[in-house]
Amino acid sequence: MTVLCLIETDAGGGASDPSMRALTVARGLATSAGEDLAAAWVGPAAAIDTGGLVSAGVSSAWAIGSALLSGYAPVAWARALDGLASDLPGLRGQQDGGGPVSAVVAAATDHGNEVLAHLGAITGLPMAANCVSATRTSPTEVSLVRQRWAGSLLEDSVLEAPLALLTVAADAIPADAGAADPGRKPPTAAAGLRAERYEPGLADGDLLVQATESAERRSGVSLASARVVVGGGRGVGGPEGFAVLEELAGLLGGAVGVSRVVTSEGWRPHRQQVGQTGTKITPELYLACGISGAIQHMAGCQGAKTIVAINTDAGAPIVAKADYAVIGDLHEVIPALIATLKAR
Amino acid sequence: MEICVCVKRVPMVGGAIMVTPDGLEVDVTMSGFTVSPHEECAVEEAVQITERLGGSVAVLTLGPPEAAGQLRDMLALGAGRGILLQTDGAEWGPDATAAAIADAVAGGGSGGSLGYDLLLFGNEAADTGGYQVPVRVAHALGLPCVTGIKRLEIVGGGVGDRGVGGDRGDRSDGGDRGDGGDRGEGGGGQRIVASREYRGTEEVFEVPLPAVVSVKEGINLPRYPSLPGRLRAKRATIETIEPRPRPEIDGLRKVRLRVPESTSKGAQVLGSGAEAVPALVGLLDELGVLP
Repeated sequence: MTVLCLIETDAGGGASDPSMRALTVARGLATSAGEDLAAAWVGPAAAIDTGGLVSAGVSSAWAIGSALLSGYAPVAWARALDGLASDLPGLRGQQDGGGPVSAVVAAATDHGNEVLAHLGAITGLPMAANCVSATRTSPTEVSLVRQRWAGSLLEDSVLEAPLALLTVAADAIPADAGAADPGRKPPTAAAGLRAERYEPGLADGDLLVQATESAERRSGVSLASARVVVGGGRGVGGPEGFAVLEELAGLLGGAVGVSRVVTSEGWRPHRQQVGQTGTKITPELYLACGISGAIQHMAGCQGAKTIVAINTDAGAPIVAKADYAVIGDLHEVIPALIATLKAR
Repeated sequence: MEICVCVKRVPMVGGAIMVTPDGLEVDVTMSGFTVSPHEECAVEEAVQITERLGGSVAVLTLGPPEAAGQLRDMLALGAGRGILLQTDGAEWGPDATAAAIADAVAGGGSGGSLGYDLLLFGNEAADTGGYQVPVRVAHALGLPCVTGIKRLEIVGGGVGDRGVGGDRGDRSDGGDRGDGGDRGEGGGGQRIVASREYRGTEEVFEVPLPAVVSVKEGINLPRYPSLPGRLRAKRATIETIEPRPRPEIDGLRKVRLRVPESTSKGAQVLGSGAEAVPALVGLLDELGVLP
């Protein structure tokens, strides 16, 4: 049997970082069952360097292609995974009546969650979103831990299905977890793994929803990938208060992020929101200014290496959750910090 | 344009989340309830669309009798009808929820047609975060589905055309909406152009109506309920439907809930006010984030 992991390609070519983290969990699941690990992506075989996949434990790879596929098409992608899962060419199911694939795993991105939800609907099987670990406990059961409330709460659960469908909350999985995994299976195909082409059978309806992409990219430092994020909350007091935060973010080569109250008050645009319903950030430093620290906000910044809170209230939840705190008014502290940095 | 928005009653959680002693539920003894943030935006979007194009908005939820309160909150924002698929409050899995919603909206129109041009959802529920109910509803009804949408336009079919509202006479008195005529294929040639940002690029989808769309917060800024809106919502009749019984077996079986162990045991205080700045700069230097 095989665990099949959907790999998203990133703009620079290669497997995306969330997909590589999903692969870590997929490998753990395969190892727990003594199964093989396969990777599949939509696009040409050459889109992904299989060397990286082999190091991650992948022993077979499939490049899904069809003349009908141009942009991202969630139903068609799900149909292709369904096809691979029930008829993985060259592999045979070892269970009576079972297909060759025991589980399909994807990163819990907009694409991964959407495609696996379609796969769940197509196959009539349950789908577990935002898992942080998965272990096979029987031929039809997977024991897993998944996020609720965007990670503020964890759910231990059992997924019972002939084909386990799950997505992986990538921001909760260390990128290098594979290296430390003692139970890791040595790659069977060594360095010479070649992706085989798989052409899914698609109907017109499978392509009804297909994306066209605009080439436009936002300029400036992206909030999701910024090394430093300067956060502002209700304590900033109003739209004009963000000028000093912007200035500080500029000095540190970072981006400004805000709490939900700031966007719901219309002080800043929603794309700057950090949190459960905004962006999840993973900076080296998150400097949270005038933010109380509701769980929905913390869900968005728990991936920060270090959190420093600046807050007038020493009893604010964020002071308990941060690594460091300055008790004081951000309108006093931030200008003083800017002046000191400029004087250096 | 007849729109149904599906919402979910979820606990209003602030600084901390707590689990009941049996480890199976979120402790809500001290919390109020709300709908998921994405869904409030879905209702706002629906109201804005009908303000532009005419038509009406229904809000639907599956939940305990108390979920009528969340329907009233949404009626106060401008929705016209509230529909409660009433349960005993036990948690329904995504598949069962989707089946109940599909049951409720399918065949409600005249001649067994879908009574709506557009089914709107939030991208994911704030509490369970299953990311799949809209997709499953779309499959059950054979409709196209786009998710995570941050911008939505209705095009074609003549601006100002009203969708033909279904009467749904089997479940309610139907009110004064619609004329009972047959809905044209694809909602009278109308389509949606919907887009979202994904990894720095904008993905644009164009699909015919009727369709299922899930939206994300940021698509709009929901209005505050007006006083007349609140009064109307308070008086409104909530239509109650008993869904078919929840299946006893859920493919995803919850064993227990737990709050993740905090890695921080409370912040180390660097100081107070501007006096803390030298210590703060020292820390930034240590973290390697200074230019």
